[in-house]
Amino acid sequence: MGNYRFNLLVCAGTGCVSNNAFKVKAALEKEIEKHKLQEEIQVISTGCNGFCANGPIMVVKPDDIFYQLLTEEDIPGLVEEHFLKGRPVEKLMYTPAKDEHPIPKMSDIPFFGKQQLIALSNRGLIDPENIDEYIALGGYQALAKVLTKMTPEQVIEEIQTAGLRGRGGAGFPTGKKWEFCRNALVSEDSSAPGNNGNSPSAADKYIICNADEGDPGAFMDRSIVESDPHALLEGMLIGAYAIGATHGFIYIRGEYPLALERLTQALEQAREYGLLGDEILGTGFSFDISVSKGAGAFVCGEETSLIGSLEGKLPEPRVRPPYPAQSGYMGKPTNINNVETWANVPHIINRGAAWFSSIGTETSKGTKVFSLVGKVNNTGLVEVPMGITMREIVFDIGGGIPDGKKFKAVQTGGPSGGCIPESLLDTPVDYESLVQAGSIMGSGGMIVMDEGNCMVEVARYFVSFTQQESCGKCTPCREGTWHMLNILENISQGKGQEGDIELLEKMGRYIKETALCGLGNTAPNPVLTTIRYFRNEYEAHIREKRCPAGVCKALITYSIDPENCTGCTACAKNCPVACISGERKQTHVINQEKCIKCGMCYSVCNFDAVRVR
Amino acid sequence: MAKINIDGRDLEFEEQLTILDAAKKLQIKIPTLCYNEHLAPYGGCRICLVEAATQAAPQRSRLVPACTAPAADGMIVVTNSERVLESRRFIIELFLSRCPESEQIRSMAAEMGVQPDGQNLDVVGQYLLQRAPKREATNCILCGLCVRVCQQIPERFALSLKERGIHRKVTPPFEKVAESCIGCGSCAYVCPTKTITVEEA
Repeated sequence: MGNYRFNLLVCAGTGCVSNNAFKVKAALEKEIEKHKLQEEIQVISTGCNGFCANGPIMVVKPDDIFYQLLTEEDIPGLVEEHFLKGRPVEKLMYTPAKDEHPIPKMSDIPFFGKQQLIALSNRGLIDPENIDEYIALGGYQALAKVLTKMTPEQVIEEIQTAGLRGRGGAGFPTGKKWEFCRNALVSEDSSAPGNNGNSPSAADKYIICNADEGDPGAFMDRSIVESDPHALLEGMLIGAYAIGATHGFIYIRGEYPLALERLTQALEQAREYGLLGDEILGTGFSFDISVSKGAGAFVCGEETSLIGSLEGKLPEPRVRPPYPAQSGYMGKPTNINNVETWANVPHIINRGAAWFSSIGTETSKGTKVFSLVGKVNNTGLVEVPMGITMREIVFDIGGGIPDGKKFKAVQTGGPSGGCIPESLLDTPVDYESLVQAGSIMGSGGMIVMDEGNCMVEVARYFVSFTQQESCGKCTPCREGTWHMLNILENISQGKGQEGDIELLEKMGRYIKETALCGLGNTAPNPVLTTIRYFRNEYEAHIREKRCPAGVCKALITYSIDPENCTGCTACAKNCPVACISGERKQTHVINQEKCIKCGMCYSVCNFDAVRVR
Repeated sequence: MAKINIDGRDLEFEEQLTILDAAKKLQIKIPTLCYNEHLAPYGGCRICLVEAATQAAPQRSRLVPACTAPAADGMIVVTNSERVLESRRFIIELFLSRCPESEQIRSMAAEMGVQPDGQNLDVVGQYLLQRAPKREATNCILCGLCVRVCQQIPERFALSLKERGIHRKVTPPFEKVAESCIGCGSCAYVCPTKTITVEEA
């Protein structure tokens, strides 16, 4: 790595790439060459920067200038102005509101201000495809430290003292989980459940990284793998040493091609450097990792289903006990953590348990990564200290709700979680408080909803998701979620009956109590919390056959307000079923018989003349 | 010697037992559907749920499937609390809604006080047995016993589960008559709802 006057960090996370970040990068390289600046300026593609809403993104180091929403056409002017004439280009910088001044430096942008990076500390800084950059920033030092200066017991002790809890959602103490697996007796019984004949040796223990991120709207783990794959590998190596595991697996979603590519590269480079394989760093410790691609079953996020899938069986949960720590992959003791948990480990070893546990709340230590999506201005990936309030995340980091609309709820925990209403926005983000509010921490999906979201529809959507993803092994999840979905569909179609709310509440409680695995145990949560906080919306659907948010198609009609209609014909031109009639400059009318309630007229009207009721 | 308490009665045991095994020794009856003593326990149907707690925290009980949960020293189990009976009724109502014609399910339901017309039931039972949409008639409760017996006893793998969730069904591979089937009839023998019949070739 040579010395350059400028380093241009172009975000190459999935969001920016799908907005042509690679074309922007190619244009940059071309312009730099044209001006013969290639000895002075280096262009690096990094992992996800986090501010996905404004991609493609480029950060200029060392000045920390942040450019956003870049196109190929912007590049010639940008290179000339900034890198030849020394005048940063204001119109490509982040501007909080139309009439305010642009903010040149990344660290001054409120989106980044309240974040605290641990698991994502290398995001946007290093080239994830180059192991040297990870090492240059202190990578694999923690591994060297544990292999040469610490006993496995000391490593487990350190993780326990740090207070790290599982970031997959359930929040089980990581150190304790490792200890169970370390202390587990290896069964000699080759007929143990799960053994399919290619019998592993008796001493085997395994560790698994769960990268099968499946919650709708969640992309935390993908971004970690894409931006800093070696942090995950280093975490797993440390865990393997502590537990005494001989082999590791990374079970990654098949829908994550870029993450898979970077992961495969990282594994090859680590092997080349002697950081994976036999006698790592010249010590007696040997360990390797293989990658397994998921085939799209959400239930594989559940650890025993994931193990079944790894073994080549149906992805179905198994009854616990025995826990994977006693009998997991091929019947051997197995420890599973998710990507974010593993990525925290090297930092704890490097900076110490005391430092880590100084961040966060009494029971929830460190930080949590969230993918902040939905009706919020600054969509993106954020890492915040535990204990921060929902309000700070949505309004300070997220920049509030777009188009002047009113905040309604924030959904956390995906299909297992719940909706937190405005009255509870000051709830601190920690495992216990979120449960008390009726939701869960979950793996980190955070979906913001505004007044235009119907909460019955939100519940219906999540139950339809879990209903489709239920594996079908246990009766309450297979049959029960199907019944709940039917009831919710009836309500949203105006066929709800008095008593349906109580029915949903009771059935939801039954399913939670009786289902086999986490999927079924939590599937009713989106229904139960929306009823808890937005009961009046359910009542409006059932009693008045009305959808207050104007979402449920069977319950709404579109009409044109003659007061506001200017006869511009925009609605008539755009209506896909040609059900709007009217002369130019005359009031238009919607034929209700033909209307399919697609909402096109509503979105194209510039005069606020289309009404939804 | 370990000790477990089921419905107020103690059992001392040394060998590995499930709660169901222990209850049998005490002649306490727990209903089962997906269980067969010759096969690896499955824990899928949920009809055998019982309330279990540890001696250390007797108030914090959980519902666990008796067929898979290991009996542990100091465990306190209740097989007939309102919480248990309510959950079992919910499960049998789900089955009755799925398989309204099955005699075995109807008689098991009747034993639990659940009538097929949904009389005297709570709001959930009434919905499941009166209002819920009717589906294509089947007597298969998807307990998976036929699939498992074929895998574990003759080891022929002539039956498997297809699709997931509500669409799940039992079928021979590729929905063709399996070449590996030896016509032993084990699947028909273990089927708790007598859904499988053996045809003479």
